[in-house]
Amino acid sequence: MHDMTWIVLGSTVAAALGIGIGVLGPGIGMGRAIAQALDAIARQPEAEKILMRTLFIGLAMIESLAIYCLVIILIILFRNPLLQYVL
Amino acid sequence: METDLFPRVLWQAGPIQITDTLALSVALTVLLWLAGWSLTRHLQLEPGPLQTALEGIVLAMENAVRDLLPQHFDEVAPFIMGLWWFLLAANLIGLIPGLESPTRDLSITSALAFLVFLSVPWFGIRSHGLKGYLSHYVKPFPFLLPFHIVGEITRTVALAVRLFGNMMSLGLVALIFLLLAGFLVPVPILMLHGVEALVQAYIFGMLALVYIAGGIQSQSRRKSKR
Repeated sequence: MHDMTWIVLGSTVAAALGIGIGVLGPGIGMGRAIAQALDAIARQPEAEKILMRTLFIGLAMIESLAIYCLVIILIILFRNPLLQYVL
Repeated sequence: METDLFPRVLWQAGPIQITDTLALSVALTVLLWLAGWSLTRHLQLEPGPLQTALEGIVLAMENAVRDLLPQHFDEVAPFIMGLWWFLLAANLIGLIPGLESPTRDLSITSALAFLVFLSVPWFGIRSHGLKGYLSHYVKPFPFLLPFHIVGEITRTVALAVRLFGNMMSLGLVALIFLLLAGFLVPVPILMLHGVEALVQAYIFGMLALVYIAGGIQSQSRRKSKR
């Protein structure tokens, strides 16, 4: 039971901290990307179509980092593979 | 909680499991095929509302493909537009009460990403031959070969995990809101679900298109240089 307490505590803290810190980087990156894209559209409105397409693809790439983070945390919370050493 | 979010096993025989996500996506495929067949039977020159709406969607998809790959439009467009139609239906069906998006299952998104993974060499070889396609793995230097291979595999994994993570997390967030706040509170989240479903379908198809275009155009650029 004592081990279980530590596992629960550890995985909860890891999940909360992990998603918080893990989203920080992609958030900054997406913000910068959108700011630059808006800047570019303001300068050259006629290039909006190609800029938006590239922006969406880039955002998807950045976003996948945050999604990796989420997947790891879902694994920690629901399907923790390390539990078998304790149980 | 887990019964709603994770795929349910409907039928099992030994190692083979039929989950509800698989059944739903097969049903969607058949439905889309039937709809495509029946709706194109009697097209009119002066279209009604349904035909106008569908033509608008198809034209938007065609223009997106044509912008990126004007020369290879006829080969690539059916695959990409099929992906788009399926993903639109699969993502949006989660909004219907009682049904969940089949794309919340990693197996379904992996299958779609694997199709994209195979289609890149398929279209590349078809347009430039086996030797021409394979030679781009060792350009510009032969020691870049492992990086090319790792790059192809990781982007396929990323494609699958991105769609899965997004649809899964949307369902999870709505469920958590339901647990925390109660009836009707997750409705704004479900509106976000609608937007996100469209964006994810667009991004999946667009990334597939960009990967295929990369496989085709890395060849033609070298050809024109010669």
